[in-house]
Amino acid sequence: MSDIKSIISKICPSATFEEGDTLLVSVPEKDWYALAKNLKEKKELDFDVLSAVVGMDWKDSLGVIYYLTSTSHNWDVVAFKVAVEDRENPMIHSVADLWKVANFQEREVYDFFGIKFINHPDMRRFFLRNDWVGHPLRKDYDSNPALNPIRMDDEINEDDTVSYVENEKGEIKAVPGKVFGEEDYVVNIGPQHPSTHGVMRFRAAVDGETVNKVDVVSGYIHRGIEKISESLSYPQILHFTDRMDYMSAHQNRHCLCMCIEKALGLEVPERAVYIRTIMDELMRISSHLLSFGCTAMDLGATTAFFYGFRERELVLDIFEKTCGARMSMNYNVIGGVMADIHKDFVKDVKHLLEIMPDRLKEYHKVFSGNIIAKNRLKEVGYLSKENAINYCITGPSGRGSNWACDCRKVHPYACYDKVQFEEILETGCDSYARYMVRMREIEQSCKIIEQLIDRIPEGDIRNPKVPKLIKLPAGRWYQQVEASRGTFGVYIESDGQKTPYRVHFQSPCFNLVGVMDLCCQGYMIADLITIGAALDFVIPDIDR
Amino acid sequence: MFNFGIWTSEFNNWLMGLVQHDWLVTLIECIIIAVLVLLTYTVLALFYILYERKLCAWFQCRLGPMRVGKWGLLQVFADMFKILIKELISLKGTDKFLFALAPYIVITSSVVMLACLPWGNGLQIIDYNIGIFFILAVSSVGVLGILLAGWASNNKYTLIGAMRSGAQMVSYEISLGLAILTIVVFAGTMNITDLVMEQEKAWFIFRGHIPAIIAFLIYVVAATAETNRGPFDLPEAEHELTAGYHTEYSGIHFGFFYLAEYLNLFIVSGIATLMFLGGWMPLHIPGWDGFNAVMNYIPSIVWFVLKAFFVSYIIIWFKWTFPRVRIDQMLAFEWKYLMPLALANLVLMAVFVALGWHF
Amino acid sequence: MGVKIKSMKNEDFKDNEYIDKLVEELNATGANVAVGKLDQLINWGISNSLWPLCFGTSCCAIEFMSLGAARYDMARFGFEVARNSPRQADYIMVQGTIVHRMAPALRRLYEQLAEPKYVIACGACAVSGGPFKNSYCVVSGVDQILPVDVYIPGCPPRPEAMFYGLMQLQRKIKVQKFFGGVNRKEKIKDFFKEHPEEEGKL
Repeated sequence: MSDIKSIISKICPSATFEEGDTLLVSVPEKDWYALAKNLKEKKELDFDVLSAVVGMDWKDSLGVIYYLTSTSHNWDVVAFKVAVEDRENPMIHSVADLWKVANFQEREVYDFFGIKFINHPDMRRFFLRNDWVGHPLRKDYDSNPALNPIRMDDEINEDDTVSYVENEKGEIKAVPGKVFGEEDYVVNIGPQHPSTHGVMRFRAAVDGETVNKVDVVSGYIHRGIEKISESLSYPQILHFTDRMDYMSAHQNRHCLCMCIEKALGLEVPERAVYIRTIMDELMRISSHLLSFGCTAMDLGATTAFFYGFRERELVLDIFEKTCGARMSMNYNVIGGVMADIHKDFVKDVKHLLEIMPDRLKEYHKVFSGNIIAKNRLKEVGYLSKENAINYCITGPSGRGSNWACDCRKVHPYACYDKVQFEEILETGCDSYARYMVRMREIEQSCKIIEQLIDRIPEGDIRNPKVPKLIKLPAGRWYQQVEASRGTFGVYIESDGQKTPYRVHFQSPCFNLVGVMDLCCQGYMIADLITIGAALDFVIPDIDR
Repeated sequence: MFNFGIWTSEFNNWLMGLVQHDWLVTLIECIIIAVLVLLTYTVLALFYILYERKLCAWFQCRLGPMRVGKWGLLQVFADMFKILIKELISLKGTDKFLFALAPYIVITSSVVMLACLPWGNGLQIIDYNIGIFFILAVSSVGVLGILLAGWASNNKYTLIGAMRSGAQMVSYEISLGLAILTIVVFAGTMNITDLVMEQEKAWFIFRGHIPAIIAFLIYVVAATAETNRGPFDLPEAEHELTAGYHTEYSGIHFGFFYLAEYLNLFIVSGIATLMFLGGWMPLHIPGWDGFNAVMNYIPSIVWFVLKAFFVSYIIIWFKWTFPRVRIDQMLAFEWKYLMPLALANLVLMAVFVALGWHF
Repeated sequence: MGVKIKSMKNEDFKDNEYIDKLVEELNATGANVAVGKLDQLINWGISNSLWPLCFGTSCCAIEFMSLGAARYDMARFGFEVARNSPRQADYIMVQGTIVHRMAPALRRLYEQLAEPKYVIACGACAVSGGPFKNSYCVVSGVDQILPVDVYIPGCPPRPEAMFYGLMQLQRKIKVQKFFGGVNRKEKIKDFFKEHPEEEGKL
């Protein structure tokens, strides 16, 4: 860490450092872009992954915290804080040209905080309607419903965008633009469409059947979880995580619990850690089975969908017996888990492990081995490893592009350092590779559970020392776990109150949807559906 | 084999004696036939809807409709009542005349095709000397309705669906025609009755062996594509184009597309039966006289219908097993593989016929 | 009262008062035998052939998929013909949160449905806004923008609960009058009068 400090202060002498959960480097806005360029391009720094962008309102200033990490340097996470004091017209230089993932992330920050990014190609709102008044996550946001009633009219001027361009003299000019040209034949897919896996909306410019450009319009299920969280106590926030990526409910909640436990310095009993790990993996199996089913259904193979759901019901049964619900389990709590495992738990899990290998063979027989399915998936939606890293595509989709990005391996948490498992990598970089990674990960998840299921230690399921009223000390924490669809991150900033000052959820699907435009170009409309299915995003996780 | 022709001519004579006028007899018979055809059409379509829903449920480890009537038998009637009273939405910005016309074109084409099928010995409405040719010609009219539906709806999804459908049906019609032509070459006739009578000894698929089997396979693939069924259901590709060319249709207009889709399934199966599986002829195995005599006791109409259901079963099986192909793959498959194969097969059949290498 | 649902007795339903009241209200005006029988036939048809519009925004949609899958199999009721085009669907089951951006799209979908059409609010979010009620951009219940026929609570409701809700809808349809009587369309019109669109806000 110390050498990173010295290198950074050499490049940017005005940077200040603050130790904490991770190293926090505060950079003045005027030096930020030059430093970012060096961070990305200098060999000894080589920060190639932008894992989170957190917009902040510190009342006296507005700003952004960028969490950067490096695949070549041990995945150490360093945070960079850029703040501006102008609340009327805050402007920060965009890094969207260095890390492509920042494109949508900065649009989100603009939407929530009104920070305009200089040289960003497309400064539209991301989640909220373009006629929305105010920026909701600002602390001085006027929440009067009369300002923003439920508008039943269509959004006008959807195509209008703006870019704040800086010229050589340092003057910043707003350059209006259009998303689609006059001659583009735009097909609207969504928000109500069977294959967008929710209420995502794509606008695709097509030439015949070939897709030339995809514009992602999000926010059709944006519920403002981050804002509501600011007015709730920590145990109350927990249940939102189950409702973001409902197919990674356990992992997401695990992540938030870990973040809070880290901040409180709480120990989690061994038994709870084991149960959490097993639940995470069961969740992953259930999620990948759903993903298999949906991919098959989107491609028109309806029967395979039912096969996937048949086994998924078994996983849901296990959840139901122990957690009391099929979905939205609300199982992890701060310091442990909600309830002890059901007496049938071990038996049921073993039954599932026993039948899974045969069932996987059946899936391959009925779907993955089918020549039509192979032709539809192979060489569709090419995403190179460089792009996967640049767009921060983690999870099975990233591993389908041969990028070893598994959080369980790079930052082991829970029981993952105690078990043997293989990180599945495919070199195909196409939809088929992504699909196959998921199928093979089911095997690995089974393997992990197999190693843990007989070794669940006796003891408490919850740390008895958890305080009644949970107050985090002032500070900021960032925690990542491997959710079903990639690296899920939780950022908490606390000012010592019983409610958080700011909570940010860095969802993997948010990045996935960012590559839709890149992946779909030159492919056909039918491929757009395939690519979406193979990337496997969950919309409520994107919109939050 | 019992000839239903006896009944029909008896009826004709009786009617002749009753009304004494030629034109009146023809008129009355036409009306009766029209009613019968429409009735058969409806009953068959309803049966097929239930047939497919039950079959697909069983493929998918489900039960299918169970609660409306015994084993869900009344389910389709409930659906029919519902569709009949559903609102017909008229849309702004559509070509109203063509929009309303399209479903009728589709359904008319399939009703006419149904009317041409020979149901049993002597159970046939018209017996052309170019019967098969006529069926093929009429089947091409259906695509016009689909194109119109897609165009008149003024919707991008329907337009893409219709264009896909046009490309698909025009392409696969060639293979379909060539497969049928192979059998016509073999039989030496286009008359439907003669075609069936030719198969008295053994069905064409056995008599023509290698080329006939190839032609049968080509026919089944092309017929699946012709009826817009999976894996060739691109025109309505639910997961891409919501409902394809009939996205904007509601109520009975949608019902027409829906019925026609299922009836076309029966019709292509019927033609397959007629061309390859002996039409209404019972299964005869040369030499097994006892067996053949027993088979003869089963009425010809039962033979025809059961064979058609069997071919439909295979086509339904395709749909619920295979993923959907992509438009370019579908066209490449037809033009690069299926059509050249069908052409080669036609030549092969001609050689077989010329050299007498058949049974 | 004479609302029959196969293999589920009237007593098994929890809110009979509501249906009873509805039946009384309808019978007050009376109807002749022929029209009454025709009514029954049509209602039998509609209630047994409810084709859903695929409309899921979040978790409830996944449970709805489970409803269609082998274990629960809504095909048994004839509900499985899920249409993706609103023109051909009979009811819209709002599965999940409706936010401000989605509201106009949902309203349009409803308007695109062909009569007779029904709305089911499925899940806590659709019923009342659920856990997100206090958010700046969540509609607190779809009944603010659509006339809802049946509410199914739960987060997400279990498939069994969804079946119960769907059977309630069947019961409701069975007591309605297609010809004359209390006119559903007028009620819907009243609803939209109360929730106008022209001003662009509710």
